[in-house]
Parts: sequence; structure tokens; C-alpha cells
Amino acid sequence: MSKTKTKKLGLEQLQRIIDLCSSVEERGLDPFLVDVDDIIRIVKEFFPFWKKPEELCLDAEAINRLASVIKLQGEWVRHRSTSLYTDPFLLGEKIQKLDNESLVEIFLKVWRPIVELEQISPHSFLEAVKYWSQLLPLEERWRMPEVSEFKAGAVSRSDLIKERFLDEKTFAERLEALWEELKNRVGKDEKMLYWDFIGAETFEETMWRAYFTSFLVTYGYASLEIYPFENKVYIKPNEKPVPLSKKRNVISVPFSISFEEWKKWRQQRGD
Amino acid sequence: MASAKRGLSKKAYYSRKVKRAAHLLFFRRHRKPGVKGWELRKKLGADYPKVLKLLDNYLARLDLKVNVVFEEGEQVQEEPIEKMKPEQLDKARFYITLRGDLTPTEAKMMGWRIDDIAGLAITISYIISRKGKVERKEVEKILKEKLPGWRAEANIDRYIRAGYITQDEKGFLYLDWRTKAEINQKTLVDLILGKEASPQSAD
Repeated sequence: MSKTKTKKLGLEQLQRIIDLCSSVEERGLDPFLVDVDDIIRIVKEFFPFWKKPEELCLDAEAINRLASVIKLQGEWVRHRSTSLYTDPFLLGEKIQKLDNESLVEIFLKVWRPIVELEQISPHSFLEAVKYWSQLLPLEERWRMPEVSEFKAGAVSRSDLIKERFLDEKTFAERLEALWEELKNRVGKDEKMLYWDFIGAETFEETMWRAYFTSFLVTYGYASLEIYPFENKVYIKPNEKPVPLSKKRNVISVPFSISFEEWKKWRQQRGD
Repeated sequence: MASAKRGLSKKAYYSRKVKRAAHLLFFRRHRKPGVKGWELRKKLGADYPKVLKLLDNYLARLDLKVNVVFEEGEQVQEEPIEKMKPEQLDKARFYITLRGDLTPTEAKMMGWRIDDIAGLAITISYIISRKGKVERKEVEKILKEKLPGWRAEANIDRYIRAGYITQDEKGFLYLDWRTKAEINQKTLVDLILGKEASPQSAD
């Protein structure tokens, strides 16, 4: 027989083994219908021909199914050895011959029904009433949210900028501009008070400036000088950005920018 | 026994515990009746086996008993509750069941027709004989020999709903929790095999 024909025959045999084992497993047939030794002999005989992954998978599947049948055989032997084992045919015969009255008589001798009660207590009744009175009507609970229909339209870039969805300048451009502004404003002292730099006409603008200033410091465009006893913080522009990695003793300084503080700063300025 | 130490007499302590145990076991608290051992330990304390023993003694006068069903569904009748291992008891489920036998009239009063009980007996014993797993079609076939077809099918559905048997997606029937709690399976099979058929039906 040619190698191809042998392989084809082997694959058919494996498929047959899988089907046989599956039917024993699924239909609850006698597991001893399967001749384990014979199947192992067949699997062994064809194993050297399998090279492709799908052929090896089929071989593994057949072994797996056979293992399940062997497990069932073990269970079958265990069950037979227990006191619960009864020949189903004998029992079937007995059942057929017994009338309903006799069966009921037998069953009532071994039936011990569970005793249980279902009763509402005053406490649970009160709880239920309380819950009911607080429960909103279905009409209100299942009400759909009110939505109004509107026509979708196009939005221009300028509108998005206006609504603050987009920024007019890029992040880097904003940082550069703020750095230039800081360099121009410090004058001969080469530093200025932090609040004087971030403070603006509106609280919103102040927040924006504080946000970008934090990046100016982090990216090395500026440095902070903190005098805790005088309760003063100065900001000083660097000539060139100094990366954090080149600095020694880098620390994080949190600043609280509240509306009250902004108002106090405005009052101090005499606005 | 901390409460007893605080002045409560031993008798009063156990009397209170027995009442609490009766409430827990008689009133259904979950989907299934009965209470797990660990739950009883939590509510009654570590000496709950003793409390259950006292309750069982009291219930004996009313022909009721505290029944224990273990995780695997095996009932241990011979060993007294208080002598079982704590870890074994914690995993077990406790029920109040009838102690003695029911008469056919009493069974009818519980809402069971004689045909329904006979069908249940056949179904359970047939599943036991088939190692606890049998095709629904086979049970229907046996029941249809003595019951109208529609009734055989409806009865199987009723036994499933009541928790005596369960069915998987492939149509196989298995014994369920209520059979394990209420029926002594070995005695049932022994009695069926030992019972002589009535002369009319044997002919």
C-alpha cells in the first residue's frame, strides 16, 4: 500500500476512534464496548506517519477521548463495587411488574420530605410597606431623557479656538512666548516675583499663566528662588534652557492658586 | 459559653439557641431550603452541633428530625451530629425533615397524586441504577408505559422544578439536591428489588 493511502486509512481510523469514544461518553453507553488495547495498537501503528500539526492534533484528540473512556470504565467498576449498584435491567423489570400503589408504598417508606415554612413577619411587612411608599411609579423610573432634535452643522477652526477646543498656538510656541515675556519683564534684577509674573487681569488667564509657567520651570527655561522666611518666591529666566537632568537637587514645589489669593494680589497692586 | 458565664443559666442559654436554630432551619432563607453548617456556626456559635442535637431531640416528639446532607450528597445517618468532624459539618447542609413514614393519604394532602409519587419513585430508582445519569427519553419511555404521554413529560418537568432531578443541555437527567436531602437511595432500590409483584400485574 502506498504511503498516501496508508495515511488516509490512518486518519479515517483516528476519526472513527474519536466518534466511538464520544458516543460512549455522551450517550452513556457501556464504556467496556471500547476495546482499549486494540485502539492503542491502531494509534501506535499509524503514529510514525503523522508529520503535519493537524494530523498530530487528531492523534492527540483520539488519545484524549480514549482517556475519558478509561476514566468512565474506572467509574463503572467503582459503581459496581458499591452497595448502590443494581442491574438496570433487573430494576426495569421490577418496576414494570409493580403497580403504582406498591411503588408509592415503597417510596413513602424512604421519603422524608423537607419541612419548611414561608411566613411574613410584622418587621418584614413594615419594611416592605416602607419600601413601597418610597418606590417611584414606573412611569417616572422608566421615563426617557428628554432630547431635542437639532441639525448638525460644520464648525470652523476659529470657532473651535474660540470655544477652547483647539489652541491658537502650539504648546511649544506658547512656552517660547512666555519665556521671551519673562526675559523682557525681569529688567536689571534678572528676576521678578512669581505672582507678579503669573498674575493677569482675569482669574482664568492667571490660571493659564501659572499652568504654562510650571512647564517653563520644569523644562529649564526658568528657575525659582524661594525665600520662606520672607514668604516670597521669585522667578528668574535662564539664558538657555537647562534640562532637569543637568541640575542638582531637583525638588517639586506646589503652588496654590486660589481665587482669594488672586483677589489679594490684585488688591496689593491697587487694582 | 460566654453568655452563661455572664450570669445566664446553661439551660436558658441553650433554650435560646435552640429557638434560634429552629427559626433558621424552618424558615427558608435562600433559594434552596436548609442552612449550611458554617452559617449555623456563625449564627449559633461553635457549639452549634450540640444545639442541633437538642433541637433534634425536641423535634423527635413531633416526628421531625434534623437531617444532614454532605457536599457529595451522602447522608450520614449512623453517626450522631455532635460526633462529626467540624470541617465536615461546616460544608454540610442541614434540613428539618420528617422522621417517620408518610401515609398515602398524607402524601395526597401535600398536593401529590399517587401517579406523581409513583413516577418520582420510578424516575429516581432508574437514574440510580444507571449510575446517576440517564437520557430523558428513556425515563419518558418507562413512565409512558403507565401514564399518558403528556403526563409523563409534565411530571418530569415537575420533578426538575422541585429539585429532585436536574437536566443538562444534552437531555440527560441526574439526581438533584432534594433527592439527596429527602430520599434514602439505597433503601429505595433494595425495597423495589425485594418487593414481590402483585399477582394481577405479574401475570
